[in-house]
Amino acid sequence: MIETENLTRKFGELTAVENLTLKVEEGEVFGFLGPNAAGKTTTVRMLCCLIAKTSGNARIGGFNVDDPEDCLKIRKMVGLLPGDVGLYDSLSAYKNLDFYGKLYEVSPERREEKIKQLLSLLGIWERRDHPVGTFSKGTKQKIAIARALIHDPELLFLDEPTANLDPEASKTVRDFVLDLKKEKRTIFINTHNLSEAERLCDRIGIIKTHLLTIGSPGSLAKGLHARKTVIQLQHANPKLLTAVEKLRPVKDAQMSDNKLILDMDDPEKDNPEVVRTIVEAGGSVQYVTELRSTLEDVYLKMIKETEDQ
Amino acid sequence: MRLWKAWIVAAKDFGVVRKNKYIFYSLITMPLILGIAFPLMMMIMLAGAPFNTIMPILGLLNVLFAVMAAMLPTVIASYSFVGEKVERSLEPLLATPTTDGELLLGKCLAAFLPSMAATYIGAAAFVAVMDLWSYTNQGVIMLPNLNLALMVGLVAPLACILSVEANVIISSRVSDVRAAQQLGGVVALPIILVLMLGSLLGFMPADLLALVISCVLAIAAVALFYVSKTTFRREEILTRWK
Repeated sequence: MIETENLTRKFGELTAVENLTLKVEEGEVFGFLGPNAAGKTTTVRMLCCLIAKTSGNARIGGFNVDDPEDCLKIRKMVGLLPGDVGLYDSLSAYKNLDFYGKLYEVSPERREEKIKQLLSLLGIWERRDHPVGTFSKGTKQKIAIARALIHDPELLFLDEPTANLDPEASKTVRDFVLDLKKEKRTIFINTHNLSEAERLCDRIGIIKTHLLTIGSPGSLAKGLHARKTVIQLQHANPKLLTAVEKLRPVKDAQMSDNKLILDMDDPEKDNPEVVRTIVEAGGSVQYVTELRSTLEDVYLKMIKETEDQ
Repeated sequence: MRLWKAWIVAAKDFGVVRKNKYIFYSLITMPLILGIAFPLMMMIMLAGAPFNTIMPILGLLNVLFAVMAAMLPTVIASYSFVGEKVERSLEPLLATPTTDGELLLGKCLAAFLPSMAATYIGAAAFVAVMDLWSYTNQGVIMLPNLNLALMVGLVAPLACILSVEANVIISSRVSDVRAAQQLGGVVALPIILVLMLGSLLGFMPADLLALVISCVLAIAAVALFYVSKTTFRREEILTRWK
């Protein structure tokens, strides 16, 4: 659905996006993570044909973002939720959606049906004739999402969909995106919110001007460092450390306070043997847990590495 | 270019203008002043003057409707793109499958039609007030005459088009409504100056002058249309926004 090859955008001397190469498949939810000014919004703008690229290639649904004729087709198949909701405050929710429905060439019958469906789904149908200016931030965000969906786009770009929203409104928006995910829509999400990306996205790309890494949330976390087993002991004893170090599956063992932290290839298989060894060596195991690196660990490590370079 | 797309943009802007009290009152105040208050003032000032001295003064008043048509769009047109910027609605609007030309035309129509409607309402009120006065005092119907028809039917729409084009260009290049309005007002000034000086100097018959001014405005409007078409770039509008 989205294909970019060495996509680059410069603003004068400043390089906003550099050599971005990625592929997003149909029906995939792709998260774009990065700090402020990392090039996330610039990427979305290039992919929506809002701004031109400096070099490289990008294709959306087989259409080229370079070609003015293709751009009209791309804009028709894409729904965009920009960083700012950008609704007309003096017009009602219904009129806002109706205006965009017309611009996206949705037939009057379909438009009416779609507006009713979306506003009902988001719980705003009863207030459809109220001016948008009277709504809360969260409700405006919901209407902006409805606007992005008014023409049933094949591809949805969401730029910081829950930024500046309270937890309740964020959850509503997230649940709505999860519903869209079930419909097998292709969704491209720009976000700062790591837990949101982890929950919503099939794959994640971390960007800071150039793409730092890409993969599923699980594989990214796994790639940072392998899973570790943490064994909480009643009392720390160096004898126990020596005993487990002798075990073949244990690649690395460290003692920290009353904890034994072990690195093994297959903890599910080897943990019982380790526990048995500790008990036989006179140790008392309080509990066994797993230490996983989180997406946050990966993100912070990647960003720090680029800053250090 | 699909005209219906431009019309959708224009129709939305009409809705926004109708709900914006500042723009709405600005649009109705000027026709009321020029169409009713101004002729009433003239009547008081010229009370008792011979009828044939009134006619040249009347010619000057006719020009004011072309001036009004050049001034009114500064309120709406300068708000057109800057208004979208202020409401932060520009990005979703530019992301729709509309061409630059359709957006530009839509914005121009949204400024042109209400401005001309206000101008015609003012002119109609002016004709009614003046005729009531001349019929009561002289037993004659003075207006409409050829000069007013030329001013309102030819010069005013051309002056309005020129002003709209200039204002939309300015509006797409600045980020503040007040700056857009001030610059828009400055742009309308040369048009107003040409119209006022032409009438005041009286170096040629008023009707001929109206035709000459129309030609000048038409050429300028066509030239500005090409300038606006080549300079209007959605990327610049989006990225210049600070």
